[in-house]
Amino acid sequence: MSTASLALPDYRVQAPEVAARFKKIQQRPVTLSVNNLQKAFGPAGHQHVVFDHVSLDIHRREFITIIGPSGCGKSTFIRIAAGLDESTAGEMLVDGKPIFGPGPDRGMVFQGYTLFPWRTVKQNVMFGLEMQGQSASEAEGAAREWLEMVGLSRFEESYPHELSGGMKQRVAIARALAANPKVLIMDEPFGALDALTRAKMQSYLLQIWKRVDITILFITHDLDEAIYLSDRILVLGVNPGGVREVIENPVPRPRSPEQFLTPEFLALKARLDHLIHAPSSEDEEDDKLPVIKMTEAGDEVE
Amino acid sequence: MASSDWLGLKHELPQRRQIILTILSFTVPLLLWAAVSYTPWLWHPLVKVTNPGDVEYFVEDMEVKRSDFLAESAKMKAEGLAVPEGYRVNPVYLPAPHEVARAFYTAFVTPPRLPNEPWLHQSLGQSIRTIFWGFFLSSLIGVPLGVLCGSYRFFSKLGEPFIEFFRYLPAPAFGALCVAILGIDDGPKIAIIFIGTFFQQVLVIGNTVRKVDPALIEAAQTLGAKGWKLLRKIILPAAITDIYTDMRILLGWAWTYLIVAEVVGTMSGITFFINQQARYRNFDNVFAAIMMIGIIGLATDLALGWLGKVLFPWKRKGLARKLVKPIPISMVAVQNRGDANPADAPIVIPEPDVKPSESTSDEPILAPDGLTKPAKS
Repeated sequence: MSTASLALPDYRVQAPEVAARFKKIQQRPVTLSVNNLQKAFGPAGHQHVVFDHVSLDIHRREFITIIGPSGCGKSTFIRIAAGLDESTAGEMLVDGKPIFGPGPDRGMVFQGYTLFPWRTVKQNVMFGLEMQGQSASEAEGAAREWLEMVGLSRFEESYPHELSGGMKQRVAIARALAANPKVLIMDEPFGALDALTRAKMQSYLLQIWKRVDITILFITHDLDEAIYLSDRILVLGVNPGGVREVIENPVPRPRSPEQFLTPEFLALKARLDHLIHAPSSEDEEDDKLPVIKMTEAGDEVE
Repeated sequence: MASSDWLGLKHELPQRRQIILTILSFTVPLLLWAAVSYTPWLWHPLVKVTNPGDVEYFVEDMEVKRSDFLAESAKMKAEGLAVPEGYRVNPVYLPAPHEVARAFYTAFVTPPRLPNEPWLHQSLGQSIRTIFWGFFLSSLIGVPLGVLCGSYRFFSKLGEPFIEFFRYLPAPAFGALCVAILGIDDGPKIAIIFIGTFFQQVLVIGNTVRKVDPALIEAAQTLGAKGWKLLRKIILPAAITDIYTDMRILLGWAWTYLIVAEVVGTMSGITFFINQQARYRNFDNVFAAIMMIGIIGLATDLALGWLGKVLFPWKRKGLARKLVKPIPISMVAVQNRGDANPADAPIVIPEPDVKPSESTSDEPILAPDGLTKPAKS
């Protein structure tokens, strides 16, 4: 990795069309505003601060991915955005209004699908609309449209357990979007899927995002995924917890899997890798296991 | 290798073996019982006297201990008197299988000895009525209370400590109290079933509801559900299948309280029948009546199990899959015929702003479990 990075461009260098795109994004209204957000656990005095002083303005229809080592609080961050957790200081605003508990203006897609097993696929998608007081026939019509959009019309009467993981997650996305949220929050949504399905889901998600008025907040631990999907990447760190960097993704849109090997892509990946796996003495020690040799001489595998 | 493995730990057995084992689980105890009953040298501790001989206190058809019989025989032989004759029998309280089988029929068609005694079917009917009302009334209050305790910390902390205390009090201990309050007829019996069921029911259902996956509740909250709707639309349906299973188990418990309940006040129902028959020494009838309880219980449970599958279609894993599987495939075939675009294109909305090279619309839907086939164009 280090030798490859020698030949790579600076990840901050943007092609003119990429720079123009970011200018355009910044002119859009702010959908989600994060001001000095802090989250700490434990009693006063012995507090463990997960992150502090997180500030960020996310514009309408921006695609933000969040990465960071385990324990950096990325899940906590988006759970606060979803209203499922509370911050200990600072605030988050959606369209200028402070977040107070979960609400239909922020949809969420979880890693564990969380489809309602007692409802058919169609009824799952109808749920949000029913909660907003829509009549069954209205909700049904909308649910059908959304299922068509994610390519699952034929499964509308199936139960979730009859679907594959990728299909379940597409239903979950349709269910979240059917409720007409402003922000779609996704917590490692493709983490449980195999590599092939995951690649397809990424492509589906980009297609959906292009034609729906939605701002996406997306957690992942897969650097390729973070780069492939995002406009900007929020990198969180530990000790001390907080924002390491907010990176404007130099990889031009529209995206395709071929870009995984372009110089911008690799440069950004090297940078992310560096930020997340900052070498520490502890890690180095962990690399070598104290294993004694238990095979006969000459019986080598490598 | 695997097919010879009957005792694999947590290892699923083929259908045929399961059926064989189920049949064995009933036939083995039955065979043991038959063996003890029909093999003269197995147990048979008594001797039924057919000819008393010269033994003074022996009479015909009398059952004596085998040791006494042998002692008397030896004594008679030594004294040169007539030796008694007889054959080995089991005690009267262990009737042979065929006698009990006959009793299953005769108990229903034989009129009771006394005119005011109930027939067997009347006794059973009364027992079932007692169970029904006790369980019904308990569930009427216990299920909603359990759901509340499981859903809200407030009700859990307010209700459960007392209920936890109360459930240790044995229901029969309230017999006298129930009679004093409710009289000697059906009232106190239903009350005993109620007391025996209710407190367990609240706690068990409370626990079941607490086990609802919190992620489902969170997902519903992000979709705008709150308060009462969250309880009615998410927690209840998420817990309902487990509550149903709990109810089946609790109904079994209610049956175990039946005999105790029926001796409270005036003895009634199947308990009265069993006691009366034991008094007449009709132990074949006693056995038949006890087995009847088991058969009714098992039949009820099997019926409820079947009903559960009808009520909760999302739990019918195997069946649902079999029913659903062929449908999408045939639809793919039908749609492919007239459609230039493959029917299983993932995103069907046209994409004017995307270059054709980036379009993934010719990718088939990924369905690893074989629900769909990739279209062949």
